[in-house]
Amino acid sequence: MVDVTIGPAGAVQPAEVKDVELYHPKSWVTKYVFCQDAKVIAIQYSITALSIGLVALVLSWLIRLQLAFPSSLSAIGPGEYLQFITMHGMIMVIYLLTALFLGGFGNYLIPLMVGARDMVFPYVNMVSYWVYLLAVLVLVASFFAPGGPTGSGWTLYPPQAILSGTPGREWGIILMLASLILFIIGFTMGGLNYVVTVLQARTRGMTLMRMPLTVWGILTATVLALLAFPALFVGCVMLLFDRILGTSFFMPAVVEMGEHLKYRGGSPLLFQHLFWFFGHPEVYIVAVPAFGIVSDLIGTHARKNIFGYRMMVWAIVVIGALSFVVWAHHMYVSGMNPYFGFFFAATTLIIAIPTAIKVYNWVLTLWRGDIHLTVPMLFALSFIVTFVNGGLTGLFLGNVVVDVPLSDTMFVVAHFHMVMGMAPIFVIFGAIYHWYPKVTGRMLNEMLGKFHFWVTFLGAYAIYFPMHYIGLLGVPRRYFEMGDMAFVPKSATALNIFITMAALTVGFAQMVFLFNLIWSLFKGKPAGSNPWRATTLEWQTPETPPGHGNWGKELPVVYRWAYDYSVPGAKEDFVPQNQPAVARAA
Amino acid sequence: MTTAIILVLVALGSVLFHILSPWWWTPIASNWGYIDNTIIITFWITGVVFTAIVLFMAYCVFRFRHQPGRRAVYDPENKKLEWWLTIVTAVGVGAMLAPGLFVWNQFVTVPPGTSEVEVIGQQWQWSFRLPGEDRRLGTSDNRYVSSDNPLGLNPNDPDAHDDVVIEANDLHLPLDKPVKLLLRSIDVLHSFYVPEFRTKMDLVPGMVSYVWFVPTRTGTFELLCAELCGTAHYAMRGKVVVEQESEYQVWLRKQKTFAQLSARTRQAKETQ
Repeated sequence: MVDVTIGPAGAVQPAEVKDVELYHPKSWVTKYVFCQDAKVIAIQYSITALSIGLVALVLSWLIRLQLAFPSSLSAIGPGEYLQFITMHGMIMVIYLLTALFLGGFGNYLIPLMVGARDMVFPYVNMVSYWVYLLAVLVLVASFFAPGGPTGSGWTLYPPQAILSGTPGREWGIILMLASLILFIIGFTMGGLNYVVTVLQARTRGMTLMRMPLTVWGILTATVLALLAFPALFVGCVMLLFDRILGTSFFMPAVVEMGEHLKYRGGSPLLFQHLFWFFGHPEVYIVAVPAFGIVSDLIGTHARKNIFGYRMMVWAIVVIGALSFVVWAHHMYVSGMNPYFGFFFAATTLIIAIPTAIKVYNWVLTLWRGDIHLTVPMLFALSFIVTFVNGGLTGLFLGNVVVDVPLSDTMFVVAHFHMVMGMAPIFVIFGAIYHWYPKVTGRMLNEMLGKFHFWVTFLGAYAIYFPMHYIGLLGVPRRYFEMGDMAFVPKSATALNIFITMAALTVGFAQMVFLFNLIWSLFKGKPAGSNPWRATTLEWQTPETPPGHGNWGKELPVVYRWAYDYSVPGAKEDFVPQNQPAVARAA
Repeated sequence: MTTAIILVLVALGSVLFHILSPWWWTPIASNWGYIDNTIIITFWITGVVFTAIVLFMAYCVFRFRHQPGRRAVYDPENKKLEWWLTIVTAVGVGAMLAPGLFVWNQFVTVPPGTSEVEVIGQQWQWSFRLPGEDRRLGTSDNRYVSSDNPLGLNPNDPDAHDDVVIEANDLHLPLDKPVKLLLRSIDVLHSFYVPEFRTKMDLVPGMVSYVWFVPTRTGTFELLCAELCGTAHYAMRGKVVVEQESEYQVWLRKQKTFAQLSARTRQAKETQ
């Protein structure tokens, strides 16, 4: 039973375990480079993820330029185009979104939000980052390898991923698989840390049902990732064996360009099952932390408790569980037994129900709130718009027979960019504007932030909303150029040019954001410890930015849930989680 | 205020774009009008939900925006409202899923008496095989693929000898006759996709997948590969010509059987 009622806060049990003694850095290197403090590791993760994300951003411009002006860019051939879309997709999904939400926000926020001094395994946490960095470097190396990076699409489907009709067959695919394997090893170390920290290192009074939804989201996503990544791991290892050792896990007897290859008896569909058994939960690994964070952004900036907290927690858990039984909706037209379609369409549409509940509760939180249109709040609103839009087009693609004409068209591209591209990225932006003051002690510039927001939101919507209709026309995805398809009207070219213009504009706005990040570090308005007047523990630290060990001498004690905003009778419109009940009556 | 107005414009703009834009699906040329209907139902339900939610947000942002002295209402949960919304959502989801599964059942159930055509994909061209006079397709395997047997038919199978082989050329289909496509690949994944037929199915090496439909309109339709198959994926095109039975028969008589093609290659080799 959660204490959402106002009555006196529950008693706090006595401390059962002694406060931990942390590793104290002895030199500059152990303080800033090989550092065991989760906050520094979080910043290392975030900077690495954003840097590799910039590569993906530049790739997206090249992709869009090619689509808008298909015959005028001599530097981009069909092979390069496939390499660009592959690297763009893989970087965004794995190396940016997964790493930033879990490695970045997870590391920074979990210990602070649950009232811990650090992660429970700080050394493993440090190694996790360095393995992640190695994974990124291996990935980057594939750009410079002979033959370039792999162009097999981010789904890496065999047989083409390891045959010579696809670019990057020499080194690209090997480096990609090696990089993914490293990433998963690094993530597993970090992930175990996040789960154990949430379950074991919460401060006194921080019951599970008093945790902020941010922590619920990151915890659930981490559990999903720990269960889903092994499927990708074995898939990558087996594909690597097929490529290097000539095994036939995924390779049937094939004839390539007139030559009989030595492969025999493998199953390409097996790889697809392994890939999507990871790949679908991966969507929620990115979405669920965003769900959690956006709930807290909306609550804080609307000065109102998140509506239906318990339902929100259960919805996150149910979505996480269901996400493991929907994977084959990516495979309706893959040639698998078509009777699977009934099961997977049903489970996929059922997942829409807890998801819809979350959306209702976000907008109902706005109802009779006190809405401050700060930059984090604006990004939260844009998240709802894009997430609802992208979620609803998911009902097209999940409903097996509707998927048949739309599958593998630009409709799919528009759908997933809206729902797991734009929506989570808006949450990331909102979260950066929200927590930057805690991390640096300074506010981000609000005017630049609003400019960044409006250009990004409206620009992104102008990119992806019309793109659905190109797919509805029947234009397939991953096409270097449309050529002259009889059923595609000439006006579609004009639409493609418009989309590219919007994409370049949105890309420019991100430079403004980067400038703001750096400029505010030195010139931003000093933030104070709790600029948003928020209730959660990370805003109640004795120092800002929080020092080593987070809490000074005494760990905080939690007396209430994370959403005591605008409590009737309270003097302020927020009551911090660590404020005892007596203080409220005053 | 501005934010609320822009949210309203986003909602209304999306609806107007949907209604007014010239970009819509191509006229259908198969029996799968049911798929189009299910998409229309889905557009209606999702369109109403999207517009309602965004307009509700816009209203909240306008009505409950921060003003001096405003204080939010403390309102943790509302069991009744939450259950009510859950049930309405479940009904909406059911209204999309039921027709979807109903049509899917037809999509995977091939009616008796459907003629078979084999589609063979390879980097980066389409080939086809029709049953000969015995109305049966002979067996095939990628092991048999060679320069004079590009589709890998089993030379020891008598059923294969009269099969009509169409290598890297157009497929013709008779109007209004249900046809089941057996899909096979020689190298990598491909996908048979003709937008006007509303069908799509992958070709997977090592196995045979299928899809069926009835062509309902004469004409020449573009066949695209919809599953990434390597560098020239975008250029892997073919044509499907749907015509009256009589014209179809004329075309069919001009095609060569496997036996004729093998004999010809054998002759060519002997004269060399």
